[in-house]
Amino acid sequence: MQFVVYTLNGVFSTLNYKSRHILRVMESNLKSATEAKATPIAELRDASKHYGAVVAAQGLNLSIRPGEFLSFLGPSGCGKTTALRMLAGFEAPTSGEILLDGQRVNDVPPHQRPVNMVFQHYALFPHLTVAQNIAYGLRQRRPRPAAAEIARAVDQALETVRLPGFGPRRIWEMSGGQQQRVALARAIVNQPKILLLDEPMAALDKKLRRDMQIELQTLQRSLGITFILVTHDQEEALSMSDRICIMRGGRIVQVGSPRDLYDRPASRYVADFVGKSNFFPGQVATSSGEGTVLAAAGGHRIAGTAPVEIAAGRTASASLRPEQIALHRKADGLPVTVVNRIFLGEHTEYLVRHADLGEFLVLVSRQAEAAEGGFDPGDSAHASWADGAALILADD
Amino acid sequence: MQRQGLRTWLFLAPAGAWFLCMLVLPLIVVFVFAFGERGAAGGYVPAFTFENFANLGARWTAFQNTMVLAPVGTLACLLIAYPLAYFLALRASSRWRTLLLILVIVPFWTSILIRSYAWIYLLGGQGIPSLLNALGLGNPRLINTPFAVLIGIVYGYLPLMVFPIYVALERLDKRLLEASSDLGSPPWRSFLQVTLPLSMPGVATGCMLVFILLMGEFLIPAMLGGGKVFFIGNALVDLFLQSRNWPFGAAVAVALVVVMLVTVAAYLRFTRRWAGGRDDVSLM
Repeated sequence: MQFVVYTLNGVFSTLNYKSRHILRVMESNLKSATEAKATPIAELRDASKHYGAVVAAQGLNLSIRPGEFLSFLGPSGCGKTTALRMLAGFEAPTSGEILLDGQRVNDVPPHQRPVNMVFQHYALFPHLTVAQNIAYGLRQRRPRPAAAEIARAVDQALETVRLPGFGPRRIWEMSGGQQQRVALARAIVNQPKILLLDEPMAALDKKLRRDMQIELQTLQRSLGITFILVTHDQEEALSMSDRICIMRGGRIVQVGSPRDLYDRPASRYVADFVGKSNFFPGQVATSSGEGTVLAAAGGHRIAGTAPVEIAAGRTASASLRPEQIALHRKADGLPVTVVNRIFLGEHTEYLVRHADLGEFLVLVSRQAEAAEGGFDPGDSAHASWADGAALILADD
Repeated sequence: MQRQGLRTWLFLAPAGAWFLCMLVLPLIVVFVFAFGERGAAGGYVPAFTFENFANLGARWTAFQNTMVLAPVGTLACLLIAYPLAYFLALRASSRWRTLLLILVIVPFWTSILIRSYAWIYLLGGQGIPSLLNALGLGNPRLINTPFAVLIGIVYGYLPLMVFPIYVALERLDKRLLEASSDLGSPPWRSFLQVTLPLSMPGVATGCMLVFILLMGEFLIPAMLGGGKVFFIGNALVDLFLQSRNWPFGAAVAVALVVVMLVTVAAYLRFTRRWAGGRDDVSLM
């Protein structure tokens, strides 16, 4: 059913905006009905990409749901851009399959794929005006839509990215943030099934990036297009995505909602990448899922949950988020010395040192701090956490 | 501020003096001579007459040859150079690229005189025509024809056309081609809509370089045209050194300068339009 609507959408995409809007409404109504058994809009099946001896991506398996906002997150060189470029058609997988809408597209060139991309440095055509840039995709369609229809769609797209009236401008007359919007308009005007975003906000300053993130998220909801974002910025991925796919060394490490990844990281790597965490290395003493105990330095035993079972005797790390640890004056828990204090507004972040476990971070809320009184560097204090709150994660 | 201004002028002084003595003053002399009269034994006698300009028609053939063969030669260079530059910039592997670029320049290391002699033999009776004859394809006369001059022009000026185009194509952001493809354009349309327009400044620069130099060319027509295909350059050599009619030679030279000025003005206008009003791309 979804497919039928998309096909219709393709046929009518040159029609005026009103009818497109109706289709979109139909589509979103259908979406809720078909959500349960929705076929993936895009799929990577055991997809690998090798450049000679260099492995850019290895055995990627991922289903992307229609209408979701999915992020590929990882450091540079982890294969996230390769995954995106395989979906766009710029790279053919060395082995495995790429599917769009259930169809194998390994050999379909980029210009025949129903996806559009927002490039990292926008890749806007410098010899064309803003309006001509946005119209570019529509003008490639055969039969080519009438000039008046293209102009109307371009105006609508400019409206959507909040740049009305900027059509006649030249690209170099636009600021970085404006160019970013033009790049976005140039992609969404084609009504792609999937919008691919390759680190679109990397070149923006922090304030502008935050605004653009919110705008992108709003836009994604209103358009109902599947967004696939590539980023190395964990905050960006956490705040915008429905699901995050964490990559490392060309492989997918974990896929899940931001909350899943934060609360139940499958490995130390994920816990380290998503949010801040303290890691206490040691050896697994008792291994039984929720009742795993780690023997850390100085004979300290840290109880916690192991999301992935680790055999007793193996080295592992206990992970505790700074906000899971409490800092107080009464002699309860580990005796620590305050090393440093960073005021963060609603919270204060303390770096403390324990004789055996070394330094770790504690996040104290303003309320808790008011109750305890503040700590200064050099003060003695005690740190504690709920027994069993730690995550016992394999080192990888 | 004062000192800095003084320093700037000091650095510019040698170039300024050079241009003044070697370009501006001679141009003024030529301009003055063009209105003078020829002395009894040749040379220049001061006078004020337009007779030299009225006589320009006597050298019409030279003007005609130049005005036809310079644009045709430029066009021929362009048609051969563009695919070559495209291949070098966008298709050749980086290992081959350097080698091939060097091969394009290598002929420049030998004197144009020697290379033209080589062409005299190649195009002469013992060269290509005799080879064609042996193959039973007739015995065409090549040397001392406009065609021979054209071959010499393309051979000599090709590198000047290849390099600006190569630079323009090499600097082309390859992601623009990906963007074009992503937006639904097949490769050949991407070429027409992205690659070609963005390489136009390079094309214009190459054409300008070749065209201006061709307008003043005299060696190639003299050697491969054998006195039958005369350029303005040849007319000038003849007027100044053989018949010693300096005033008429000066008038021809002034006419040549005017033609070039008009061409350069047209070039600047066109490139400005391609660049969409932006100045920084007009001359590479």
